[in-house]
Amino acid sequence: MALTLNMTVNGKARKVTVESNALLSDVLRVNLGLTGTHVGCDTSQCGACTVHVDGVSVKSCTMLAAQADGATITTIEGLAAPDGTLHPMQAAFKEHHGLQCGFCTPGMVMSAVDLARCEPNASEEQIREWLEGNICRCTGYHNIVKAVKTGLTDMQSGGKVAAE
Amino acid sequence: MTVQDKPTKTNGIGASVKRVEDRRFLTGKGRYTDDMNKPGQLYAYILRSPHAHARILSIDTTDAEAAPGVETIITGQEVKDAGIGGLPCGWLIKNKDGSPMKEPAHLPLAVDKVRHVGDQVAVVVADSLQAAKDAAELIVVDYEELPAVVSPANAESAGVAVHDEAPNNVCYDWEWGDKAATEDAFAKAAHTVKLDLINNRMVPNAMEPRAAIGEFDPGTEEYTLTTTSQNPQLIRLLLCGFTMGLPEHKVRVVAPDVGGGFGSKIFHYAEEVLVVFAARKLARPVKWTAERSESFMSDAHGRDHVTHAELALDDQGTFLGLRVNTIANMGAFLSTFASSIPTILYATLLSGQYKTPAIYAEVKAVFTNTVPVDAYRGAGRPEACYLIERIVDAAARKLGMDRAEIRRRNFITPDMMPYDTPVGLQYDSGDFAKNLSDALEMIDYAGFAVRKEEAAKRGKLRGIGFASYIEACGIAPSNVAGALGARAGLYDSSEVRFHPTGTVSVMVGVHSHGQGHATTFAQIVSERLGVPMENIEIVHGDSARTPFGMGTYGSRSLAVGGMAMMKAIDKVIAKSKKIAAHLLEASADDIEFENGVFTVAGTDKSVGIAEIAGAAYVPHNYPLEELEPGLDEQAFYDPKNFTFPNGTQICEVEVDPETGITKIVRFVAVDDFGRVINPMIVEGQVHGGIVQGIGQALLENCVYDEESGQLVTGSYMDYAMPRADDVPAFEVKTNEVLCQTNALGVKGCGEAGTIGGSACVMNAVCDALDVDHMDMPATPERVWRVLQSKQQPMAAE
Repeated sequence: MALTLNMTVNGKARKVTVESNALLSDVLRVNLGLTGTHVGCDTSQCGACTVHVDGVSVKSCTMLAAQADGATITTIEGLAAPDGTLHPMQAAFKEHHGLQCGFCTPGMVMSAVDLARCEPNASEEQIREWLEGNICRCTGYHNIVKAVKTGLTDMQSGGKVAAE
Repeated sequence: MTVQDKPTKTNGIGASVKRVEDRRFLTGKGRYTDDMNKPGQLYAYILRSPHAHARILSIDTTDAEAAPGVETIITGQEVKDAGIGGLPCGWLIKNKDGSPMKEPAHLPLAVDKVRHVGDQVAVVVADSLQAAKDAAELIVVDYEELPAVVSPANAESAGVAVHDEAPNNVCYDWEWGDKAATEDAFAKAAHTVKLDLINNRMVPNAMEPRAAIGEFDPGTEEYTLTTTSQNPQLIRLLLCGFTMGLPEHKVRVVAPDVGGGFGSKIFHYAEEVLVVFAARKLARPVKWTAERSESFMSDAHGRDHVTHAELALDDQGTFLGLRVNTIANMGAFLSTFASSIPTILYATLLSGQYKTPAIYAEVKAVFTNTVPVDAYRGAGRPEACYLIERIVDAAARKLGMDRAEIRRRNFITPDMMPYDTPVGLQYDSGDFAKNLSDALEMIDYAGFAVRKEEAAKRGKLRGIGFASYIEACGIAPSNVAGALGARAGLYDSSEVRFHPTGTVSVMVGVHSHGQGHATTFAQIVSERLGVPMENIEIVHGDSARTPFGMGTYGSRSLAVGGMAMMKAIDKVIAKSKKIAAHLLEASADDIEFENGVFTVAGTDKSVGIAEIAGAAYVPHNYPLEELEPGLDEQAFYDPKNFTFPNGTQICEVEVDPETGITKIVRFVAVDDFGRVINPMIVEGQVHGGIVQGIGQALLENCVYDEESGQLVTGSYMDYAMPRADDVPAFEVKTNEVLCQTNALGVKGCGEAGTIGGSACVMNAVCDALDVDHMDMPATPERVWRVLQSKQQPMAAE
């Protein structure tokens, strides 16, 4: 059965018509062309598809699009400022070489930004625990943890942005 | 903590330049294969075998073909009838008697038998993925199940033949080294140490699942394959020369942003053939993207060795000889480079960092009803390192020697370089003892006893482990590799093209899928040509834009591809000097070049390289009689030798005897990668590599059911990927001993962490548990069992 859904995605009102079994990740990637949200597994383990739904990090492959009707969604494409200035968490990932192939990166960044809401002064151990739901095969997590620590600090200091 | 001895540089060679490719990845603007959709695109779904081993009695596609949205269904018979060739193996290994290995045909779709769970049976192409999946459920395949064999140790005696032409499942029975000299060494040894090892099967698990899009233009008869590959040019060659048999000049292969490879995206896969075949049949683009569960049962796996090793020593702990017998699992078919991994990339490394005078290895490769096994990060070298470093520890334990001391006593020393090993390699450089002593200092080896005691007070068993690894990167030269069975060249290529306005495009045959070539390569170009980084573009991953190169694997990109680029740069400089000489009215011999400026020696007459480029493309004032216009040079580079990255890793673990949980509390690595171009990127490669080694040692294990041949660990629910809270922070450092066989002095850094990692962790675990050996992965359950059996030696497991 086809459903028509309304959602606000990266600040824009969107109307999409999808099958009732469509996943939020499918709608973002296929219907809205927001391919920064990646799908890396089929068991909700890898976290590459993490987006924010009403301000909370969600694995978008685990949510039916229908459940997001009326929701406000932010994807990796909506994180930087309109003038292109990177979000402090994005900037911190660049500064600390927190990414290699880039595939897990959008999910990592979206998850890390949500950590600021839950635990803005997270310790290294808390950061590692928080990122348990995001798998990276390239970096060994060392630089991701450094980046998240810096990103959390910079978010608190009003969005200090590391030089690109 | 990062130890950096060198002064900070902000650009060029040696500087931690932030990556130029990061912005697009961080803003969701990466372009991976599955992100692309072509006009008129159809979707392919691949029906795979649910059985490990079965005869296909019939395939009925009638209902499926009538299902809504279905465009076509392709079976093995159709592919075979169309004359499509098998997926080839790129390395011929010979048996002890000189006869060639067994190479059973590997058609992209099974015809009369399926040989592993996940083997391709049929392709459904439909106007949506859902329609293709729904139709696949309507295909009726009548299977006659056959007994399966999955374990390499059982393969020869199982009484089950995966292929009729290999009745005992032996692909080859190969030997390397000097058997007689090794027997002599054992005959005069004061001590012999024996070890049985299992090198557990790994699933590479790059985070981006494989994907492929085939396109065919019936007007121009041109084909395009977009694929998740580490080496698009090689895929094009295999697609044209072996599988599809297409005219190579009509085929373009594009590997855009690729989300990690680790070896698993080197190989030519069936799906690449099938999307091109379907696109030609339907004259429409056809896209296939793996789901993760498909990746588990179709991406080539890694490792899977069963080994018996023996080390002969004199009474002082000096190594006299090493004898190795390995059975290597090839899986159901020979993948692209499978045959070379447990031979050319394994037995040749068995000298390690040590002056062991006599080495002999026998390797038997066997077919089983499992996914093909091929290169996975390190490819043969982690298996060699694990064997050597484990048996060295076992020897130290048996002889009551300090583990640092036994290594030091046997190290090849810098004054012995170049050093010919007894297994066919010539090491050019390295200071192994310095790497070890630096690592010992970083971890405070002297203080370990105190830390162990303190841990014991907390009820924890603390252990320390070493791995002194060496690897061979940038396989070469082509003619030597050819004599050893390689069926491809092992050079690489580059083209350096100045544009008229002075910006530069550099086309390279190697491919980046996380390594940061866009930055590292540009740093070299910037320094050598004096062009700002922002005016340089590194182009890779598109056969229509780049010269023919072999791609990226075996840590070869800089040592081979980077050297090709250096040669092209040198040609650009040489031609530019002649143009400068003309413009400055001087002799070319008097022109000096530095920081992008050509100067007449001893004068202030000079011209910048951007102006030279302008003059080359607008040749009004130009020596047209002697020189062609344009500034665009290409070079191929075939290395004289391998490069030999080396180093020592040391880690400390704490085991909780109550739960069997092993925690890595410290991990230090000292690596010699030769010249380091970008320390930040190199450190990142080390971190990631080590975690893949830790994964194998503590977490990851691909398990097949021995009876049914079913893949037990087929998802991230069952296969334990290392997560952020499984691993520690790392302390890393590099010792630059320049490579003597290439002008850049580089050795390669992509695999080192993994090559040492698993040995390092297992040596620490065995030390903590105070046991001779335990097999990987050291999961809590296994560790707990080891501890229980120590306490109650008579208890049955």
